[in-house]
Amino acid sequence: MRILVVEDDPVLADGIRVGLGLSGATVDRVASCADARCALATTEFDAIVLDLMLPDGSGLDVLRELRSAGNRTPVLLLTALDEVADRIRGLDTGADDYLGKPFDLDELAARVRAVARRSQGRAAPGLSWAGIVLEPARLHAMKDGHAVPLSRREFAVLAALMERPGIIHSKQELEDRLYGWQEEVESNTVEVHVHNLRAKVGREVVETVRGLGYRLRTSS
Amino acid sequence: MNSLRFRLFLILVAATGFVWLCAVGWIYFGSRNKVEHVLDTRLQEAARMVSSLVTNGDIASAGRNGTLPTLEPASYERQLSCQIWSLDGHLVAKSSGAPGSSLTDSPSGFSERVVEGETWRVYAIEDRAKGVRVLVGDRLGLREQLVKDLIKGLVAPAILIAPLLGFLIWASLGRGLLPLSLIAGELQRRGADDMSPVDAGHAPREVRPLAEALNALFGKVEAARRHEREITAFAAHELRTPLAGLKIQAQVAIAAADPGIREAALRQITSAVDRTTRLIRQLLAVSRLDAGSTEEAQAIDDVGDVVREIVEATGTAEQNVTIEIDPALHQLDLRANRELLILALRNLHENAVLHMPDGGKVHWGFTRSRRGGAVLFVEDEGPGIPEDELSIVNQRFFRGRHKSASGSGLGLAIVELALRQIGARLVLANRQDRSGLRAEIVFQESMSSATFETTAERTSACAENQTSTTEPTRPGHSSFRVE
Repeated sequence: MRILVVEDDPVLADGIRVGLGLSGATVDRVASCADARCALATTEFDAIVLDLMLPDGSGLDVLRELRSAGNRTPVLLLTALDEVADRIRGLDTGADDYLGKPFDLDELAARVRAVARRSQGRAAPGLSWAGIVLEPARLHAMKDGHAVPLSRREFAVLAALMERPGIIHSKQELEDRLYGWQEEVESNTVEVHVHNLRAKVGREVVETVRGLGYRLRTSS
Repeated sequence: MNSLRFRLFLILVAATGFVWLCAVGWIYFGSRNKVEHVLDTRLQEAARMVSSLVTNGDIASAGRNGTLPTLEPASYERQLSCQIWSLDGHLVAKSSGAPGSSLTDSPSGFSERVVEGETWRVYAIEDRAKGVRVLVGDRLGLREQLVKDLIKGLVAPAILIAPLLGFLIWASLGRGLLPLSLIAGELQRRGADDMSPVDAGHAPREVRPLAEALNALFGKVEAARRHEREITAFAAHELRTPLAGLKIQAQVAIAAADPGIREAALRQITSAVDRTTRLIRQLLAVSRLDAGSTEEAQAIDDVGDVVREIVEATGTAEQNVTIEIDPALHQLDLRANRELLILALRNLHENAVLHMPDGGKVHWGFTRSRRGGAVLFVEDEGPGIPEDELSIVNQRFFRGRHKSASGSGLGLAIVELALRQIGARLVLANRQDRSGLRAEIVFQESMSSATFETTAERTSACAENQTSTTEPTRPGHSSFRVE
């Protein structure tokens, strides 16, 4: 899951980045409205964590522009002004959820997962496909009732594939899901993760579509 | 007696009563004179009339017959009495009700005499040709009665009218004081938090200054309260964000299995605690400055020393920053409150250091304004302030586009507040020679002693001092590094 954090406080932003990273998300962080616009124009995110009071304006402006441009990325607002009127205004501007500072890291992670899940049209917290069950909250994978130990990145690749089974995911797409801007991506990492994944959950699960990418095998 | 209405009522009633009393007195004396004059004239005329009617024969025969002819009784309660005496002292005739003894001894003209216990005013006329003396008199008591009746006629309705008058005065006062009671009622009804202005437009002229003063006060209180609310809201925001950072970093430290991540989180917590500490210190400084206690000005004879102390105390920044202090600062003396000056200088210094790139140089110097006042300035090599933000950057909690990680948005506001209390002002400008901010403290001419050297003198002085300084960075400038 790739998440954009728009927060100007360096300590808090760093905490969110590392904290959400612990729960398996790939987090990119910007500190101003202008940078947020830039990031949103170039990259697709599964969710946005947006602070309201930013040095060059209000996060609400960014949200409004985002929504009027037709972008449906789920947005979770963060703010220290927890008046009811502020919350209502935030939600009415197009936010999906709201969290007042200070907040709990686990709650933030859970809410981010929830808004991302909803935006994918799923209500159930877990992903399941052909005997494989993923619990994103615990980074826990099961196949046919047995736990399968997956690394964070392997889990992310499998989750990306299982969110939309049957759809081909390009190597670039998967890389974007796995790595933030600051992280170096080696040329064959996705292949390595898919290779390891196949070894753990079975060769037949992930199918390589030559020249296009990967997908879950549909005809079993 | 505290009621304005009651007070006015008493004053008006007393004034009206006094005027009435004066009028009654005036009428009493005036009428009495008039009445006396009229009655005296009547006595005269009556005497002449009687005297003209008397004939020698009549009187003589009457005298001889021994019967006294009685005149017709006077129409108004026998007010007038008449006696006709012969010149040799015999009573020739008298009106009915007139006393038997002579009414007067004086041969002619007016006189007063007590006869049979009553005071009479008598007019005598002597007719030598006819040999008679005619006396016409009336009782003074009757005269008094007349005047008394007159006054009674005047006063009686007045006394009857008095309660009506009182009521009218009372009612008119109520009506006249209505605008006052309207305002009073409005003030009484409003809640303690209601700071809306009183309607001064309809207030009478006398009360308008009061209403306007009240409105101005309401405005001030309201502004102060709004200001306080804003500060509280901002303070809450500014405190909650670092608290959220602290909490989340602590949770990361707890949750992370990787010791590297845990250590990084703990490091972040340390810096967040530092920042929050500074923020709280600044908040306290702002509230102290807001309280506006007037601090005593004292003589500061070496501003350079003050700056050096601040620089040494702030030497905890992590950047590799060089600080330069113009030695001429040591010759600058000021009259200002030392604590406030230190507060302003420290915040300016922290601000400059915070925005410095690695290896930059902060320069403290001084010059003179065109009007001769001392100008203390600090220059940094940071990004400066975008021109459009220069005017708002000293607002509370404003954190510009080029903000630092640990800025609170309070520093420049504190500087501004402290300098205003000292009597100096802050001028911010971007440096012309390179990127960076130049913050000037412009002191009033009276605050510094007039023994400044000119720039040229200072430059030469610096050149002479060159050999004595050890730092090669800039001639004549003491500088040291902050690690």
